[in-house]
Amino acid sequence: MSLEIIELAGLATIQDTGRAGWKKFGVSSSGAMDAFALRAANALIGNAPHCAAIEIGLGSAVFRATSDCVIAVAGVGFALSIYLWDLPLWGSYYVRAGWTIRLDKLDSGMWAYLALLGSVQTDPILGSASTNLRARFGGLDGRRLQAGDALKAAQPSRARSDLAARIVPASALPAYSDRPVLDVILGPQEEYFTPENIAMLMSQTYVMHPTSDRMGYRLEGSALTRNEKKELISEGMTMGAIQVPQNGQPIVMMADAPTTGGYPKIGTVASADLPLLAQCVPNKSAIRFRETTVEKAQKKYRDQITALEALARRWA
Amino acid sequence: MKPSIVPLGDSAALIQLGETIHPSVNQRVRALAKRIEASAVNGLIETVPAYTTVLVQYDPLILSFAQLKNILQEKIDQTDESASRKPRLLEIPVRYGGAYGVDLETVARHLHLSVADIIRIHSAKIYTVYMMGFMPGYPYMGELDSALVMPRLETPRARVAAGTIAIAGSQTGIYSVESPGGWRLIGWTPLILFDSKSESPFLFSPGDEVKFFEER
Repeated sequence: MSLEIIELAGLATIQDTGRAGWKKFGVSSSGAMDAFALRAANALIGNAPHCAAIEIGLGSAVFRATSDCVIAVAGVGFALSIYLWDLPLWGSYYVRAGWTIRLDKLDSGMWAYLALLGSVQTDPILGSASTNLRARFGGLDGRRLQAGDALKAAQPSRARSDLAARIVPASALPAYSDRPVLDVILGPQEEYFTPENIAMLMSQTYVMHPTSDRMGYRLEGSALTRNEKKELISEGMTMGAIQVPQNGQPIVMMADAPTTGGYPKIGTVASADLPLLAQCVPNKSAIRFRETTVEKAQKKYRDQITALEALARRWA
Repeated sequence: MKPSIVPLGDSAALIQLGETIHPSVNQRVRALAKRIEASAVNGLIETVPAYTTVLVQYDPLILSFAQLKNILQEKIDQTDESASRKPRLLEIPVRYGGAYGVDLETVARHLHLSVADIIRIHSAKIYTVYMMGFMPGYPYMGELDSALVMPRLETPRARVAAGTIAIAGSQTGIYSVESPGGWRLIGWTPLILFDSKSESPFLFSPGDEVKFFEER
């Protein structure tokens, strides 16, 4: 089972569910920007949830199967066509040797995942296949993919046609939107902000700045003014944490975020809603926040994953 | 202060053990992080010890915040047995100034010291690795002698070479991989701080003691 990249306009890298256990040495977790879409792509073809896939972002991509393949494509913002057919995302497909797989970038959405039956082969580094672009390791030689790259399945197996022809129903998908409302758990440094600032975070509409990337999404709105002038002592961070630097414009930490940071965090986006944020588009999406509790956020996340696992069991 | 445990979102918790950068606070931070990792509780993913805090990353599919908080409280209450263990000492050869330590003379001028003074003061002390972060293998070390305290550059450089020794505020660090950087560059070491393909990828660990010596 193998593919070749024919054309690539955007940013494509190999990503899995991220690198755990090395943050204490300064190693970012990396991994898929939209962890739900990666998980869904793997579930569609019976791969384990942590398997590596090709993350395609920002622009179009064309692949050619160099042998018969079973693939799944999940994500937002692309039109998929395989050989002669236009096909929906969130599906699994049988691709014959020589056929092309086209992912044409649309206006909405950012990231799609192409999973290969048996996972995409890489040399795992520090326990993960994810590409760390800043430190240049993981994935394929620590770099972005490019036209001409050949990718194959880690566990060679015969292409099984029975794994194709599955679709994740829309009812099991997160509420992807150009106008997402994201659940936020306040803290831990909400005392650095006035109650008016917190109200402002929860009521105003944010636009994403074009300098946003896999490290962080920079949001723009009316500036939040910090309550305390003292600087925070650097501490550990996680994906979804909303840092507010002196200029009052929030930066949401994403997959490649540094492991530590020194700006106060007004809150953290709930895990279940991180995919919605990941798929937002600079200068286009209208992003709003809504307060939630840890308990509610955890329940929502468990429900989201449990629904996907139930689908995977039905397919198995 | 009494340690606090607060959520950072729905899959991490932040334990705060102090409010100022201090060797004894940081020592407790590292010991607590080790105890938490050693407990191997199902659903615990990893810890990130920093100056005064331990970040605990966990899987919300397995543990609720309330369950995690109970486990962490137990770990905080346990007596600290690792306190007496002596940290290892790493001796780091440095070529001060030159092609990599491009800020050495500016720093000397700004601090009204000679280049020889800077080298003598910077290499006199034994530093502790308080935290690692920014890039893989990057050690944040302190405390710098107060005579060497200088703010960061106003505009960070786009590229700093791996192995470059730098200072900022009361800290000193070593760029572990080529990266952008806003600290002031005073020298270079040939040592490899991060090698992703090595069996021991990192030269430093949190808690290490570090001494620089001048190599001409």
